[in-house]
Amino acid sequence: MTTPSRVGTEALAASGAKPGGRLGVLRLPRPGRRRSSATAGQNAGGWLFVSPALAILLLFLVIPICLAVYVSFTDWSGLTSPFGPTVHGVGLSNYASLVTQPGLNQQLFGTSVRDNFYYVVFVVPLQTALALWLAIVVNNRFLKGRGLFRLAFYFPSVTSSVAITTVFIFLFQGTGAVNRFLSFFGVKGPNWLYDSRGIFNTLFYNLGMHNPPAWSNHMFLGISVWQWLAGPSFGMCVLIILATWTTSGTFMLLFLAAMQGIPADVEEASEIDGATSWQRFRRVTLPMLRPVVVLVLTLGLIGTWQVFDQVTLVGPHNPTTYTPAYLSYYLSFQNSQFGQGAAIAFLLFVLIVILTLLQRRFVKEDLTR
Amino acid sequence: MSTRTYRSPRRQLLSYALLILFAALFLLPFLLQIANSLKTDGDASSNGLSLIPHPLSTAGWQQVLGVGGTPGVTDFPRWFVNSVLVSVLITAGRVFLDSLAGYALARLQFRGRRLVFGLIVATLMVPNVALLIPQFLVIKELGIFNSYPGMVLPMLTDATGIYMMRQFFMQVPVVLEESARIDGAGTFTTYWRVVLPMVKPGIITLTILSFQGAWNQYAFFLVATVSPQYFTLTTGLANVVNGGLSAGNQFPLKLAAAMLTTVPVAILFFVFQRYLRASRFDAAVKG
Repeated sequence: MTTPSRVGTEALAASGAKPGGRLGVLRLPRPGRRRSSATAGQNAGGWLFVSPALAILLLFLVIPICLAVYVSFTDWSGLTSPFGPTVHGVGLSNYASLVTQPGLNQQLFGTSVRDNFYYVVFVVPLQTALALWLAIVVNNRFLKGRGLFRLAFYFPSVTSSVAITTVFIFLFQGTGAVNRFLSFFGVKGPNWLYDSRGIFNTLFYNLGMHNPPAWSNHMFLGISVWQWLAGPSFGMCVLIILATWTTSGTFMLLFLAAMQGIPADVEEASEIDGATSWQRFRRVTLPMLRPVVVLVLTLGLIGTWQVFDQVTLVGPHNPTTYTPAYLSYYLSFQNSQFGQGAAIAFLLFVLIVILTLLQRRFVKEDLTR
Repeated sequence: MSTRTYRSPRRQLLSYALLILFAALFLLPFLLQIANSLKTDGDASSNGLSLIPHPLSTAGWQQVLGVGGTPGVTDFPRWFVNSVLVSVLITAGRVFLDSLAGYALARLQFRGRRLVFGLIVATLMVPNVALLIPQFLVIKELGIFNSYPGMVLPMLTDATGIYMMRQFFMQVPVVLEESARIDGAGTFTTYWRVVLPMVKPGIITLTILSFQGAWNQYAFFLVATVSPQYFTLTTGLANVVNGGLSAGNQFPLKLAAAMLTTVPVAILFFVFQRYLRASRFDAAVKG
């Protein structure tokens, strides 16, 4: 490109950005008129371009959310129109029967919050640590076959959640591959998917604590403190392993992308200074990756509170794998209690929005490009 | 090379061993899946850890591929066709509508642009699982529950895709459009002929992510349909796993069906993976 034309185009771009700027004076009056007609055309064109997408988002996303909030204050059963005469407003009682009013639904809700909580507490650190470790090892410049390793670790992430859960149900059945493998070491594995015992409770029991202490009989959200301390059930452990295995590949890619931004000479300098690989990781790599670590942690938090697909396959066999997302579906579509289901969905919605807003505060916008 | 002393051969070997062990651990479930899909029912149930089918049996695969079996509870060929149909329609809709909207938000000066963009950024954080009841409600009210339109229409566009395409369009130099406009091209012609070809990597990324999202979609189809004739591979397989079968575990059948569900997206991904870079991020936000 020759110099004059480049200057010309830059002037064009600049004048487009600043109408009436000094550069515009240098040009013929014609573009000015053209610009105003272009703006009118852009106004119509802009709306024409966004309106199909906007209409779909409004019709199938924004309006439905408002409807669901309305349903959460009614006793709609899902069979008739939610605006029909058989549907009554019930005030806050859907929320009350989940949170404050003792009963079956409060117990189910409390259990689902507990189980999802343990799922989050185990999956988020595990997937972040594993993804970071994999990224560091795969990023090694002297490693042969990096592409192949990357592919192997990433492959589980692209598969369908239903397909992969099917495979895990097969692997973790009572006489399945995992228990076969454990039996080589003389360990008799539990009947994973069907086992609703919490792993902490099992541990306490094996340490000789056969009865829960009196203080732990205090009730909270429909279940006792002892049950809150139960830990994830063996069934939930399968879902924890599954999630760690399927998501660390995706997060590894995020870490790898960020590592491209670390200049090689920074790491080399620290090596010449005699830093061990742990020191190098702790003092050089990790601080530079801090923003991505925060991003991965928050993405993990947002994702793990929404686990649903896997639970629809494992949940029917094991009530200790219910999550609020699944309970919302279960109460609505299997129990015709759409009001309570919508109430759970709304509580979940609020939680996720809070987590997302926190994330947007902590993670710079340009990271998500 | 001679001054670089940081990797002793022994440590190098150790890290290779660890890596290979982990890679094997990551791929082992898939290997076991293939092996067991080729076993007899009894062999798969009692001998799941063995990688060698003994005796070899293709009964599961025959039923999945509809050879000789009776269609009914396991109509995988039809569900496969449903998955292809629905995924292609959703992908086409998303690529077209998301890029149109993304372009308008990136470049066109129209009244209310900030408001529309704000709305789209806000809908980005709506969790999918909170949408199940609302979307069921709306497609039921519109009379498209349990139908192809009900499965496709609500998914024809997505805020993530619009946002991603906007980012891609913002990287295209403005100069190109200015000169096209001076040459007398209208807004759509400028977009279609000049700008769209410039964001080919973005279009490919969006195509892959949309197809993957639609193909692997399960929760929405679960609430949008009820008849087996509208099952996709995911809802059909889930139904089979959840006890749709009359007798026995039939693990070889389930594993073969899971394989059929996995393979198309896997192929798509590995053919086009070099186009997928950090833009995978945004998809991760929505799961």
